[in-house]
Amino acid sequence: MKWHRLKAIAVKEVLQIWRDPRSLMIALLLPFTQMFLLGYGVNLDLKHLPVCTFDREGSQLSQALFKHFQASQYFTIARNVTSYAELTAAIDDATCGFAIVVPPDFSERLNDTGSALVQAILDASDDNTANLALGYATAVVTGYSANVQLHWLDRQGRPLQQIEPMVVQSRVWFNEDLESRNFIIPGLVAVIMALVGAQLTSLTIAREWERGTMELLVSTPVKPVELMFGKLAPYLVLGWLDAAFCLAIAALWFAVPFRGTLFTLFFTTTLFLMVVLSIGYLLSVLIRSQVGASQVALVVTMLPTVLLSGYVFPIDQMPTVVQDITYLLYSRYYVTILKAVFLKGSGIPELMTPILFLVVYAAAVMVLAARSFRKRLD
Amino acid sequence: MNGSQNAEPQIVAEDLVKRFGSFVAVDHVSFRVGRGEILGFLGPNGAGKSTIIRILCGLLRPSAGRALVAGIDVARDPERVRERIGYMSQKFSLYRDLNVEENLKFFGGIYRVPRAELAERMRFAIDMAGLGGREHALVSNLAGGWQQRLALGCAVLHRPPILFLDEPTSGVEPASRRRFWDLIHALAADGVSILVSTHYMDEAEYCHRAALINRGRLIAIGSPEELKSTALGGDLLLLECDALGATLAVLQQAPGVIDCSVFGDSLHVLVDNAERSLRELPDYLAQKNLPPTRLARIHPSFEDVFVQLIAVDSAERRAAA
Repeated sequence: MKWHRLKAIAVKEVLQIWRDPRSLMIALLLPFTQMFLLGYGVNLDLKHLPVCTFDREGSQLSQALFKHFQASQYFTIARNVTSYAELTAAIDDATCGFAIVVPPDFSERLNDTGSALVQAILDASDDNTANLALGYATAVVTGYSANVQLHWLDRQGRPLQQIEPMVVQSRVWFNEDLESRNFIIPGLVAVIMALVGAQLTSLTIAREWERGTMELLVSTPVKPVELMFGKLAPYLVLGWLDAAFCLAIAALWFAVPFRGTLFTLFFTTTLFLMVVLSIGYLLSVLIRSQVGASQVALVVTMLPTVLLSGYVFPIDQMPTVVQDITYLLYSRYYVTILKAVFLKGSGIPELMTPILFLVVYAAAVMVLAARSFRKRLD
Repeated sequence: MNGSQNAEPQIVAEDLVKRFGSFVAVDHVSFRVGRGEILGFLGPNGAGKSTIIRILCGLLRPSAGRALVAGIDVARDPERVRERIGYMSQKFSLYRDLNVEENLKFFGGIYRVPRAELAERMRFAIDMAGLGGREHALVSNLAGGWQQRLALGCAVLHRPPILFLDEPTSGVEPASRRRFWDLIHALAADGVSILVSTHYMDEAEYCHRAALINRGRLIAIGSPEELKSTALGGDLLLLECDALGATLAVLQQAPGVIDCSVFGDSLHVLVDNAERSLRELPDYLAQKNLPPTRLARIHPSFEDVFVQLIAVDSAERRAAA
């Protein structure tokens, strides 16, 4: 490998990138817009779900129950209705995702037996939200009924100290606020960088074939390795810029706690970029058409990263076969690294395993890409 | 230059064959090019000229036969060959989004022209191409002739002893073409061996030797004079008359006539002996009520030579098939 030739290729590539400001803008703006779109778009938390109440009794006890709902951060009482028809309408036109109905004999039964039923009606067209809402609603009702039970026992003259409900004192680590955003955004950076990185290089060899410049280039003594590193170098710099944008947006705009070191982040991001840039390059070598290579790059990076990297869908909840497949996916390791660096503050020693996988991956794809490049036309 | 081609051949093709599937693009082609010699490849489009050049540059692997460039077997060690050649492909293949100087610098870097020499070599290439003052012009903004001269400049930047030029003058206006051939001759005078293809038949005149390629086969090779005097296999007469079609039909049966073809508004008649035909043909035609208005011996142009050679070659192949 001769430095001279590598440098000539790199300089030429930089000039071509610079002369094509539209593509450059896309390369720099794409991660920016994707971060905001997907960062706001993907949110698994339930907050202030509009609730519809139907109080068929109108007692102090029933109003107290509603106050509990209103006080919870998960619900907001949006409407109070007086008939099932109105309630159905509120759910149908989606003004409320959840309705709670208090029966006419609510207070009576509570006073007599110490227990009563309330009805919850859920819009389960979004089953995720419905599940969450049901869980939180149960928690609110449980909290309320504990209060009521205490009062009831008190009036029955039973000593309160007999009741010792089991209590779990939980402490949440790493994502203390249990914000799904803190867990999703670092993974999102991996998704976007996988997409952008492979796109950047997927055009580079195909463009030379399409414009006819490759015929002359392969007639020169340039070596496949020199061509590859000469072409990857400028895109690595672009990739660093893109990654810096994404990571800065994650930490500063979305306020994901960042507990690691910048060095760990830089080191692991560089490794990941090497992997995705070489994948794009390999596709460009193999496919020789700009449209084809960029389409395939989209499919082999974005899709598996979204579905299998553990960015949103936890890997340990997948079927075993699928779990095994995820080990083949480079982005899985970067998602693991990013979440650990952001939330746990892990350093390179703790991340040795995923780092090694990325190194092996990058080396394998580069060897493959360099070997696939033939300096022949047939 | 005729003697030197045997001294130390820089390019040797021995029985080269290239098949693409069942199609034979190059069919047992052999030739040699000596130091400082210009060999022209002539022939219609699709004859296989580019394929032979690409084999010699190591871009295509020959199906059979051997190619030696600078004494090196191209199929075995293409990289060593690539350091010693300059190549201008048929399709323009410099970077259009780079300027003149940037293209030259790029190829200077790729061929590892020493830094101390690069400035001088670039100056030479720019002067040669007549691009002084346009060093910073984007290549896409240059006219065709200038683009081709810059491509030649890039090809000779590293002083290769061997040059392959694939249709360097195609699409270039006549005045520029003339200038281009002057450049090629200047390089040959410095000892560079040049294989140049063209589909302009008249450009054979500018070569030391010309090779005619038709449908993958080399059907004639020699100096322009040799080709013109021997390749036709007869003498050429020009005949002007009133009824072209009728005369043509009659002439093809006439004694001493080998072949006859329409050339503009007159006929070119190939005969085995010019003197005899000049004496006998006017009477022969007069008997058929087709007296010629003019009959004279002419020197054949390359167009005549090649049209004749290709016609004979095609006829032979039909007979063989």
